[in-house]
Amino acid sequence: MEHYNMNLTLKVWRQKSSNEQGYFETYQVRDISSEMSFLEMFDVLNEQLIKENKEPIAFDHDCREGICGMCSMYINGKPHGPWHANTTCQLHMRAFKDGDTIVVEPWRAKAFPVIKDLVVDRTAFDRIIQAGGYISVNTGNAVDGNAIPIEKDKADAAFAAAMCIGCGACVAACKNSSAMLFLSAKVSHLSLLPQGDPERKSRVVNMVAQMDKEGFGACTNTGACEATCPKEISISNIARLNREYLTSSLTAEK
Amino acid sequence: MLNAKIPAGPLENKWTDYKGHCKLVNPANKRKLEVIIVGTGLAGASAAASLGELGYKVKAFCFQDSPRRAHSIAAQGGINAAKNYQNDGDSVFRLFYDTIKGGDYRAREANVHRLAEVSANIIDQCVAQGVPFAREYGGLLSNRSFGGTQVQRTFYAAGQTGQQLLIGAYQALERQVALGNVKMYSRHEMLEVVKVDGKARGIIARNLVTGKLERHFGHAVLLCSGGYGNVFYLSTNAMGSNVTAAWKAHKKGAAFANPCFTQIHPTCIPVSGDHQSKLTLMSESLRNDGRIWVPKKQGDNRKPNEIPEEERDYYLERRYPAFGNLVPRDVASRAAKERCDAGYGVGSSKQAVYLDYAAAIERYGRIEASKEGKEDAPLEEIIAWGKEVVKEKYGNLFDMYEKITGENPYEVPMRIYPAVHYTMGGLWVDYELQTSVPGLYALGEANFSDHGANRLGASALMQGLADGYFVIPYTIGNYLADEIYNKPISTEHEAFAAAEKEVSDRLDKLMSIKGNTSVESFHKRLGKIMWDKCGMARNAEGLQQAITEIQELKKEFWSDVKIPGGITEFNPELDKAGRVADFIELGELMCKDALNRNESCGGHFREEYQTPDGEALRDDANYMYVAAWEYKADSNWELHKESLEYDVIKPTQRNYK
Ligand SMILES: Cc1cc2nc3c(=O)[nH]c(=O)nc-3n(C[C@H](O)[C@H](O)[C@H](O)COP(=O)(O)OP(=O)(O)OC[C@H]3O[C@@H](n4cnc5c(N)ncnc54)[C@H](O)[C@@H]3O)c2cc1C
Ligand code: SF4
Ligand code: FES
Repeated sequence: MEHYNMNLTLKVWRQKSSNEQGYFETYQVRDISSEMSFLEMFDVLNEQLIKENKEPIAFDHDCREGICGMCSMYINGKPHGPWHANTTCQLHMRAFKDGDTIVVEPWRAKAFPVIKDLVVDRTAFDRIIQAGGYISVNTGNAVDGNAIPIEKDKADAAFAAAMCIGCGACVAACKNSSAMLFLSAKVSHLSLLPQGDPERKSRVVNMVAQMDKEGFGACTNTGACEATCPKEISISNIARLNREYLTSSLTAEK
Repeated sequence: MLNAKIPAGPLENKWTDYKGHCKLVNPANKRKLEVIIVGTGLAGASAAASLGELGYKVKAFCFQDSPRRAHSIAAQGGINAAKNYQNDGDSVFRLFYDTIKGGDYRAREANVHRLAEVSANIIDQCVAQGVPFAREYGGLLSNRSFGGTQVQRTFYAAGQTGQQLLIGAYQALERQVALGNVKMYSRHEMLEVVKVDGKARGIIARNLVTGKLERHFGHAVLLCSGGYGNVFYLSTNAMGSNVTAAWKAHKKGAAFANPCFTQIHPTCIPVSGDHQSKLTLMSESLRNDGRIWVPKKQGDNRKPNEIPEEERDYYLERRYPAFGNLVPRDVASRAAKERCDAGYGVGSSKQAVYLDYAAAIERYGRIEASKEGKEDAPLEEIIAWGKEVVKEKYGNLFDMYEKITGENPYEVPMRIYPAVHYTMGGLWVDYELQTSVPGLYALGEANFSDHGANRLGASALMQGLADGYFVIPYTIGNYLADEIYNKPISTEHEAFAAAEKEVSDRLDKLMSIKGNTSVESFHKRLGKIMWDKCGMARNAEGLQQAITEIQELKKEFWSDVKIPGGITEFNPELDKAGRVADFIELGELMCKDALNRNESCGGHFREEYQTPDGEALRDDANYMYVAAWEYKADSNWELHKESLEYDVIKPTQRNYK
């Protein structure tokens, strides 16, 4: 891979706290290597700001390996930036060229209020899980792992859904701020498995109710979520969720 | 000072006997007992869920925005368990034996045996929670091999095993939150342990959004705060992983054991430049199928695919024919360093070796071809099938490699180099996972307990979940049974006020320095000292220098660090400053410990102590002990030795040849 250096203009959303007005601020960064990750470029910018006695830009990140789901930047109009099936932390600067202008914003959704700059509050996702995103099995209650054989295809499909990292990019990409892709990934993961069967009906009904309560919008099947999801969670999960929801809400015992 | 409280009796009965005789707390009393859990990775989330289910009142803390983001999420390769589903000769004893040997005879037999005993229950529990482990076509669980063993006992979910296990534990935890048994405090950082009459009775935590300090009472406090590999600045750990919780406990009386035992993982993506903020692991599972080599000629600048087979040195297969590419991590890392130091390294930095999948791709392709009865299909077709198989097994890792390096590992061998990965050292705990402070426990990577001087792959996930699901629910009852007479202590108590004042004074002090140098640059400098002098190879002279350099760095930090922003607001630079300050102190202790241990064992390689063919040379007569350091004052520790008794296994020189 050929390396090169670049100078960039960054327009970054700054917001002191949830109840203050935000605004864009423009910065110049120089000599950014194409080998850097996008967040390493932010590290460089922040070091520069500290040197200039300015406040560094707050952003969420932790693993920097594309798995914890913490990083969350809306880059040039796309959650996690231009690469397909990718997180912000795994975006590398070779995606850009010398002289580019990059606009960086936080996730924007009513259910994800801004905490500071690019950091938002995604605890709504935890509360959706609390509403039923689990299998009720206390420690010590389990039978032997091989006592329940599961068809490989089913196990693989459950795994594909369970790969969701809870980043919220699907919500940020959706014009309605719907959390349906996130929710449907969890419902699919658990309802595809025999272990998840006993709670199948109550799970979907309760989780959907919680999603509505949190202020996420309705799904109108635009597919923006699937296109942006770093883990390529399929929109067919939403169709499965709708089927589950329909049969469950008709027959669920309350 | 140290009583490991190992139960009497034969090794294989110890845990059963313990469980049969430990004290219990009745359900009505459990509701009156409060437990604080700091950290909700695998160890903490599994403990919080299990203790919540039992009926204790649990408060759990993590510094990320959700427990689902703990560093455990990044574990890739797998989790061990002595299930013997493969009928290949595995057993509780063999897992126990491999772990003790892998740890180079520096772990406690009783703890490790218990770990092997409960390992099978972990898999059962995770399957019941819906963890989608990899399966065979018959619907049964699949296994792969990991380093340091000759059986296939590793369960996995592609290259995302940690993610799937953590999501299982996280969901169990959220269920308890919904039921009101656990209260979760995310974006909170524990900054002090509160002790009353010598026992741990609570913590001071800082709300990282508002910056406000909070007091929390608990009848017991569990630290599940992970490892301290980030003392090296560059490591495979998540950016936020830190030692602060453990370090505060240490300074409040908890002994810190074997701090110098760090694991350098052989297969990570090499450093690409000064901007590097972290290193990325390429899972050990890749050594199942990949072959590691360097050119036979020094300074060979040809492209890897241009170097013919007979001009390649598969040095692990050459040096260790019995285990080949699957030798333990410490051995593999040193062998890579040896080749690179001798001038055989590859890539622009020459600090890398190749991990090559060409042979595996062809092998898998041929298997697929023969399944289809198409043995004489053209090579390209065979290779294409082989790539599909490799993609299914390791696709996410290959993608990650390509995103980072811009190179396609299906076509060119990966370049890898060792990197800091895991810390075997940690808070000293007894058999019950209690630290040397009564009522204060340590679980998961935060304790020192099971891996001796080197951890085998796929054993950290096992240990974290063993501690949280199957050990602490019993051992904590043994302590709390006597606490039912003690009413919760008001957080107005003077001990809480004093602890809070200590924390706020320190924050004020940090903010008042207003120096010229950023936190990040101090962290980088510390990391360089540690990597150069307390890394893969150490010697007395270097360690002594490192201690002096760290003491100087510490002075400079406390007079010149520059932290923007304020205390009562969201301020990641301030959070980081506190952590780096603790890392600096820890770094000094690590060097001191490494200097004290005049032998080589596992990941601790002292250049002065090696066999003629460059293997680690232990000194069992003088160093068969756990080094537990008690904090006395600034830069001043007292060493306590817990001698290790091997009743069942006879220590020998580890041999993987
Ligand atoms: C890249 C990578 C791959 C790995 N792969 C494997 C593998 O395949 N198999 C294997 O067995 N092991 C693997 N390991 C090792 C294993 O993942 C870890 O050892 C293990 O997950 C640690 O779990 P834990 O629960 O102890 O800590 P962590 O998961 O690190 O959790 C720490 C928790 O403590 C919290 N915390 C820390 N400090 C504070 C504080 N002061 N206040 C409040 N909260 C705090 C954090 O928020 C977090 O919730 C891997 C490690 C890495 C780095
Ligand atoms: S579905 Fe995809 S985009 Fe949405 S939270 Fe999960 S991983 Fe992120
Ligand atoms: S920082 Fe973890 S996914 Fe990006």
